[in-house]
Amino acid sequence: MGETAVLDDFFTRAMVAGIGVAIIAAPLGCFVVWRRLAYFGDTLAHAALLGVALAFLFELNITLAVFVVCAAVAVALLLLQRRATLSSDSLLGLLAHSSLALGLVVLAFMTWIRMDLMGFLFGDILAVSKSDIATIYAGGAVVLSVIVLIWRSLFAATVNRELAEAEGMHPERSNLVFMLLMATVIAISMKIVGVLLITALLIIPAAAARRFSSGPEQMAVIAGVIGIASIICGLYGSLTWDTPSGPSIVVAALVFFLISVSPIAALVSRRHRPAQGAKP
Amino acid sequence: MLKVSEPLISLENAGLERGGRWLVRGVDLSVRRGEIVTLIGPNGSGKSTTAKLALGIHKPSEGTAHRTAGLKVGYVPQKVSIDWTLPLSVRRFMRLTQRIDDRQIDAALDSTGILHLAGAEVRTLSGGEFQRVMLARAIAGRPDFMVLDEPVQGVDFSGEIALYELISTIRDGLGCGILMISHDLHVVMAATDQVICLNGHVCCKGSPETVAQSAEYRKLFGDRASAALAIYRHDHDHTHLPDGRVRHADGSITDHCHPDDGHHHTVEEKAGTEGDSDGGDRRA
Repeated sequence: MGETAVLDDFFTRAMVAGIGVAIIAAPLGCFVVWRRLAYFGDTLAHAALLGVALAFLFELNITLAVFVVCAAVAVALLLLQRRATLSSDSLLGLLAHSSLALGLVVLAFMTWIRMDLMGFLFGDILAVSKSDIATIYAGGAVVLSVIVLIWRSLFAATVNRELAEAEGMHPERSNLVFMLLMATVIAISMKIVGVLLITALLIIPAAAARRFSSGPEQMAVIAGVIGIASIICGLYGSLTWDTPSGPSIVVAALVFFLISVSPIAALVSRRHRPAQGAKP
Repeated sequence: MLKVSEPLISLENAGLERGGRWLVRGVDLSVRRGEIVTLIGPNGSGKSTTAKLALGIHKPSEGTAHRTAGLKVGYVPQKVSIDWTLPLSVRRFMRLTQRIDDRQIDAALDSTGILHLAGAEVRTLSGGEFQRVMLARAIAGRPDFMVLDEPVQGVDFSGEIALYELISTIRDGLGCGILMISHDLHVVMAATDQVICLNGHVCCKGSPETVAQSAEYRKLFGDRASAALAIYRHDHDHTHLPDGRVRHADGSITDHCHPDDGHHHTVEEKAGTEGDSDGGDRRA
């Protein structure tokens, strides 16, 4: 085993996996907050359960099946929005809940499978294996590289799509890539916090980071730090008080968010930010 | 370098249909290097839509839109809102779609008179300050072609004149082509080479007469203003009714414009007074 012996402890594995997910979730979470895509994240997460069901049915790799289903839902949403007969939020609701229901129905048909549904809904970070960690870090490296590549274009399209398009930034293409990245993140982080709590891990650290940030890149980095802190605090809290680990991580993130909107944080961020509008 | 004669962008009989309604139709337009083309027309006449067809944001439903390959574009949209969730300083906003260094950013901000706002958060700017940032951002990367959709909205009057002067200076300096949409139906820059009046279609085109010689005008706005502003008044010979029908000068009402519809437009000799026209009738 050698250098990987440190990963023999389940708690260390959980910590390493969780930190990996927090780092990947941070930049995407910022875009989810900026572009008001919280419900879109939820929809993909719900669709993940259909991916799990299909993975059991066709004996596929769960992460791969979840990615494929999430990506399909994201593309379906893009196509449905083009010929919009329903509003976006209705479309999202339709896709989210019908894919969740389909997943549960498919699972119920497979009477020979006894699976822990709660593990998929709320995550099972303490059962993370070494190969899960490998998946998270390999997938995470791909996600981070791609987001760095499309960052400028995606951010420009987030500020103003038409301006980005007019000035040659190809917003449609970066949109599609972003949706595929979301599908990837959901597929690789599902095991950590579960399908019902993934959106929280995307949104809450980013929202908490907003008050301390004066630039988009800085906000992504701060969101990553807050995400890592949430993982560490959540896991230790879960160990100390014997609470479920996924929800404990989300509660820890919530505490950081509440601190960020409290008057104490306002004082800190004011001191660190340059004076605005001052004449030179 | 592009040849001077070759248009940077051109629209031929371009039109856009959305939901069974023509937002604009039959637009012929071209912008060459060093040329300023101004679009005027009432609300909903398709000015912004025409600009978006020229920029390639919308694909024309009929006709063609052509842009020179590799065209570097600067765009000031009519409306940009920055959400609170976006932490965005003026300096970062300047780099939104282009790689430029601090020196270029400072020079552009300085030219629109807002260098002191470089570190400010975009969200906290006033409407006029934000327009200056938008204009600075569009010029910072030395574009070949600029589209300015109501670039001076919310800017105070003296600032408006200064920015119009800046726009013609930029045109002279960069030699870029500019497609401008005027927020005021009656005011266009004297530096404009061609004015196109839209009302769902091209009502008329023409070069604006300068009012710089007018003593009254100079008295009213001062010497500097006279070079930057022209008053361009025009009367329609047909009116688009709310239900889409058209009333003509002789009082008859039809479903569509006639192909030979145009309108009389006159350039005033004096600013702010009605009539007194030089009778410079032109048909589109």
